[in-house]
Amino acid sequence: MSPLLEVRDLQVKLQTHRGAALAVRDASFTLERGQTLGLVGESGCGKSMTAMALMGLLPENAQIGGSIRFDGEELTAKSDGEMCEIRGNRIGMIFQEPMTALNPVHSIGHQVAEPLRLHRKLSASAARKEAIALLDRVGIPEAARRVDAYPHQFSGGQRQRITIAMALACGPDLLIADEPTTALDVTIQRQILELIGELVAERGMALLLISHDLGVIAQNVARMLVMYGGSVVESGPTPEVFAHRMHPYTLGLFAARPGLRSQKGQRLAMIPGTVPELVDLPAGCPFAGRCAFTIPECHVTVPPAIEVGADHHARCIRLDAVAAAKQLALTPALSQGEREQQP
Amino acid sequence: MSAVPVIAALPLNAPGFWRRAARHHSFVLGAVLTLLLVFTALLSFVWTPFSPYDVDMAAKMMPPDARHWLGTDAYGRDIVSLLLVGARASIAVGLIAVGIGLVIGTAFGLLAAAERGWVEEAIMRLADFGFAFPAILSAIMLTAVFGGGMVNAIIAIGIYNIPTFARITRASANAVWSREFILAARACGKGKLAITMEHVLPNILSVLIVQATIRFAIAILAEAALSYLGLGTQPPQPSWGRMLSEAQTLLFQSPMLAVYPGVAIALAVLGLNLLGDGLSDLFDPRLTRKR
Amino acid sequence: MNAPLLQVENLVREYTLPREKLFEPAGKVHALNGVSFTVEAGRSLGIVGESGSGKSTLARLVMALDEPTSGQVKLLGRDLHALPREELRQARRDIQMVFQDPYGSLDPRQTVERIVAEPLAAQADTTRDEQRQRAADALTAVGLRANDLRKYPHEFSGGQRQRIAIARALITRPRLIVADEPVSALDVSVQAQVLNLMQDLQAEFGITYMLISHDLAVVRHLCDDVAVLWQGRIVEQGPPERLFEAPQHPYTRTLLEAVPLAEPRAMHHAEQTPLATADPSRG
Repeated sequence: MSPLLEVRDLQVKLQTHRGAALAVRDASFTLERGQTLGLVGESGCGKSMTAMALMGLLPENAQIGGSIRFDGEELTAKSDGEMCEIRGNRIGMIFQEPMTALNPVHSIGHQVAEPLRLHRKLSASAARKEAIALLDRVGIPEAARRVDAYPHQFSGGQRQRITIAMALACGPDLLIADEPTTALDVTIQRQILELIGELVAERGMALLLISHDLGVIAQNVARMLVMYGGSVVESGPTPEVFAHRMHPYTLGLFAARPGLRSQKGQRLAMIPGTVPELVDLPAGCPFAGRCAFTIPECHVTVPPAIEVGADHHARCIRLDAVAAAKQLALTPALSQGEREQQP
Repeated sequence: MSAVPVIAALPLNAPGFWRRAARHHSFVLGAVLTLLLVFTALLSFVWTPFSPYDVDMAAKMMPPDARHWLGTDAYGRDIVSLLLVGARASIAVGLIAVGIGLVIGTAFGLLAAAERGWVEEAIMRLADFGFAFPAILSAIMLTAVFGGGMVNAIIAIGIYNIPTFARITRASANAVWSREFILAARACGKGKLAITMEHVLPNILSVLIVQATIRFAIAILAEAALSYLGLGTQPPQPSWGRMLSEAQTLLFQSPMLAVYPGVAIALAVLGLNLLGDGLSDLFDPRLTRKR
Repeated sequence: MNAPLLQVENLVREYTLPREKLFEPAGKVHALNGVSFTVEAGRSLGIVGESGSGKSTLARLVMALDEPTSGQVKLLGRDLHALPREELRQARRDIQMVFQDPYGSLDPRQTVERIVAEPLAAQADTTRDEQRQRAADALTAVGLRANDLRKYPHEFSGGQRQRIAIARALITRPRLIVADEPVSALDVSVQAQVLNLMQDLQAEFGITYMLISHDLAVVRHLCDDVAVLWQGRIVEQGPPERLFEAPQHPYTRTLLEAVPLAEPRAMHHAEQTPLATADPSRG
């Protein structure tokens, strides 16, 4: 049985005022029905662009290369009209800002019913009933009574629940969640993530979860991709990647996190420098220069994906050096926190 | 507080501003037409083909020829000269009237946004009162009561601009007051006046400039209307509006006499509107943000 | 015995809601319901709270940007809200603020020099040249360059802008810096840089922080004492080790439990099976 989603060598080229820039470079991954996959990275790494590419929602001047096969169909070849039939119907998406994702002048019932009326051609009353059921399932109290209320009458967490109801209305096979909890309080965050997890398991959907928060990734997805500068630098099962971080960027990302167990006055390991602009990315490995293990060849060759464990790959030509440094665990490049987190 | 920081506040230093400006069709066309208007008025101080005051009944209503490029009007005056000097009246009225509105209206608007409470309410209700009177009728009423002439026309049109600028300034200023850098300035111990002049005004300047160009166009139209009615610029001072009025009775004999000033007014107004449109697009902060 | 740096006593802030019924009194929102704490020089305090806890209101009241309904804020023994205008302005020399949004807290129309020098210029006891010099010093202290003074905020990244905001907070050599979610808007690796910087400044300039954050880990990193704010009240207070290891109040416990641990939990068995086809071109 073919995978639900198969992305191969995805490329997204954007036009910036300084020239063309590759927002996503040769990203490849697959997702089966019912599987969860996380995309983790900082701003500008290309994770949101990847999601947009899947939905066909890239900006007008963007060029897409490579292949996206969803349930056997090639999405990059589809017209906008054909993509409209897929969006909200077979692929659902939740965005970061619940405040702006809902239209303030329509009732929540209207908005949740919208995909039902559009894709499943339900009548107004049938869609309304279904919408009430969905709102109830996502945990809006007294859904039947509140179905005609407006978004501003709900809290941030509740609004996000409503957008989840909208995304799920037509029973999509794939749910894409782009930083769904970043704008919410941490206690609400937990509830929303639990809700998403339950719904995904209940309906056998595949989940693509995008986040910059390693904790969110750790708790919610079985497999993960680490992105930097538009490339997937490391991929694999979540416990694998957490336990055996192989790529220098992944190591740096983990080490830079202030943890609950850290002490006051402890210095956080920093990744020196800043993320370069997309137009300024070096020709070879995007992390070259900032990476402590850079050699001249890194600037020139795009590193191939090297298998480092079961289904675990990293794009780096210096993996041996990195592994050696980790073994020693005496390198000043690694912080106290880093050492604590190693197995 | 010098004027330089305020001027420097316009996003003219934003990356590629002039490059974008050169590519923006509305802006370029508007700028060209507006500059043409200004040039025409300035030129008239230095040179006109003939004096616009020279009446020559023998040469009245002549078609265009080598001497009179657009012909002559009912009194034998050279049309080109009339248009050139008429531009002066339009610009003078436009500039000063808009200037009055800008300075006084903006001051009120800034005061309303800084003080809020009953001060804001009072100022906005005064503005509502001002808006309740239709512009042209108010101008007519004022000039009818106080007499015609360019000065009164300027005052009448200027007064009407005050509530417009007050409202726009208040709305934009309120948006700026809610931003975090204003809080930071208050945290330094800065008073409202200092914050208004140093932070609020520079940030609303682009809005004001766009509005000013649009109001300029309207002022030119208003001046033409007033002169047409005999209430604005008085003879023998040339004015495009009065040229229209004088051409009215002769419409069937010499329609071009009405077309020339009409086109002049239309081009001036069009140019200013396009300039305002273009500036509005170019000043859009979304385009000057780094990401 | 020195007076503590900051003393907050029974701070209450009520807001009156718009009247909904003509003959009933308007409702009230209690943003802060009697908050008291002390900040000693050299011991940074972290205030942990989520949205609706009153933390932003607290920051504004401590900075005297808003009037309390009742209660006192004493800086170095002096009640800030009782001071006449001129003395309050001078007192601001000792207390400065860093805001959350690096994109909103800097005036886009001003040069970095004017932005950083603003608190010093407001004290009106230095010349323009002195201000420029001190601004240059402040910029180098936060890791930027002196010739960045001529630039505009839009030429900098989020992390760099936050450094500029910190430089602005440093320029009057304050005793206390109130930092309201200073790293929340930044990427993880940039957060690390800014947190390290704040740590270094603490040591180098003897600054005490009152740090407000929803992120417990950030608070842990910079603070000697932590107070948990919930619905306008402090529900628990103490050193971070004790608070995070043995929380007493149910809300503190909820907060700690809600933080997603960076430890992968066992996933549903079916998901652990990798794909059958191993394609070396997949990365």
